[in-house]
Amino acid sequence: MESFFVRYKNPLILMAVLFVQIIALATQIKRTDSPVQAGPGGTRLIRVWTVSALTPVEKLFTGTGRFFRGAWGNYIDLHGARRENRDLKEQLDRMKLDQSQLRAEVEQTHRLEVLLDFRQRVISKTVAAQVIGSSGSERSRIIYIDRGSHDGIKRDMAVITPDGIVGKIKDVFPRSSQVLLINDRESGAGVVLEKSRLQGVLRGNDQGELQITDIMSDENVHSGEPVVTSGGDSIYPRGLPVGTVMNAAADHDSEPFLRIGIRPAAKLDQLEDVLVITQMAEHSPSVAEGPPSIRAADVLAQRLPSITKPPEKDKDKETGLAGPAQSNAAQANSGPANSGPANSGPANAGPANSAATGQPPASPVQKKPEAPKKPAGGVESTSGQGNKPPIKRAATQTRPGATPDTPTGEKPPR
Amino acid sequence: MNGAVASSREELDVQRFSIAVSIAVPLLAILIQSYLPLKLKLTPVFDLPLLVTIFFAVARRRPVPGMITGAIIGTLQDALTHHPIGLNGISKTIIGYFASSIGVRFDVENPGSRFLMTFGFWFVHQFVYYTINLALVNVRDSWNWGHTLLAAFSNGFLAIVLFALMDRLKVRS
Repeated sequence: MESFFVRYKNPLILMAVLFVQIIALATQIKRTDSPVQAGPGGTRLIRVWTVSALTPVEKLFTGTGRFFRGAWGNYIDLHGARRENRDLKEQLDRMKLDQSQLRAEVEQTHRLEVLLDFRQRVISKTVAAQVIGSSGSERSRIIYIDRGSHDGIKRDMAVITPDGIVGKIKDVFPRSSQVLLINDRESGAGVVLEKSRLQGVLRGNDQGELQITDIMSDENVHSGEPVVTSGGDSIYPRGLPVGTVMNAAADHDSEPFLRIGIRPAAKLDQLEDVLVITQMAEHSPSVAEGPPSIRAADVLAQRLPSITKPPEKDKDKETGLAGPAQSNAAQANSGPANSGPANSGPANAGPANSAATGQPPASPVQKKPEAPKKPAGGVESTSGQGNKPPIKRAATQTRPGATPDTPTGEKPPR
Repeated sequence: MNGAVASSREELDVQRFSIAVSIAVPLLAILIQSYLPLKLKLTPVFDLPLLVTIFFAVARRRPVPGMITGAIIGTLQDALTHHPIGLNGISKTIIGYFASSIGVRFDVENPGSRFLMTFGFWFVHQFVYYTINLALVNVRDSWNWGHTLLAAFSNGFLAIVLFALMDRLKVRS
């Protein structure tokens, strides 16, 4: 008997080592059904020790690399900085104009949200983090970031970049965290195709590609269509960019569905800096919360000397004494409903219109004199300085087929 | 006769690496394996911890240290993934055992045999991992022959370079 153990010592030790590992593996598989997803005590310790041992060295690697790259980059950036600065300033001017228009549209949206008692979750706090490592395996699409429980990171928090979503926090350690990328086979995110409004679940596959597989094959999906988060998974806020549709074909594995390939918006294989959404707030919008009202016309007036503020005397007209400019609208809306308090009456926008603004119908004093010069609809009706019933009514009447409660959506000329 | 030859080679190879090297090299391999994919897209194809396991097992030519080395390296590698700990551990334990057994019987010092050995062990490692994942974790990985073959070639060529560098770490008595 003794000779048996001596003779087969090595195979017996191999079997013993394998047996121990298999038992440990089986224990983990069994316990993953429990709510504690971080793993049972023993394996959790192994992970914490391993990650804690590697994290300082990886931070050192990352920091050193960034230092040298930054030094070189700073030197290179000096060349052409002036030209780039000029270009950026021009771009900023253009964007300010765009922003003022968008702001007006946002205000309109806010009013509608108030009307519908709409609630949504918005990002209220984020933590910036650097990517310091990965799992090093093709089977496990994991990255490590240099923020952990000491920085307020918790499991299932969303990780994003300005380009798009990246993944979610899978495991948290004191000074680092594990992020499961969206292209991992085990990850999933609720998404919606931006134009067709088709909803689906985004998943990764073994090759690290993104795909949606639960949209019926009779739907029309076009290549290049943007995909955003739907917010239905309670991890990613609604409306974050996910990617674009690359291709769509019938899924032979599950016949009635499409297999839609998605090109990720975030560069998942070149991640350096990410944002962890640490706090989400339940947002019920109100008009008062809306951004300060600056109209595109005001921005233009500041920049273009040819467009000047109207003369002071026009203020008299604001008090309800319709002047020439306003009388055009008044003529179009002839009748008692046009003047004074009657503006809030049913002949004007009516209760629906005042509810949409979230404010009582505006008094004529709040009207701006240059308003009638503007084209109908859009920005003018959403300036947030009170509704302008006569103008709006005039606007709606100049567009045949548009109802008083329907925003025309026209933009003012730049 | 063969036994005597093997015994004398085994005696010669005892204590071939210092303790510092035995600890630092596997850790460095795991560290590089974790860090490099952030910078180079193709690096996950390579499995540096597997190459280090093979190298130590073959050089020491003793099955028990070979399998223990494989088990530790594999377990540490598993700890960095989000999968259950043990998949790489079991695979590399088996690789460590058989690599050390081969080291006793064959000449594994020349580049050609190192390439073939690594090429073969890569396949064995993938197969064992796939099987354990399927049988114990109930997860079916996709098996792409082209990709596996390419990865085996890549790791075989890398092994030639890496093993030549690591030969310098040997402590010859």
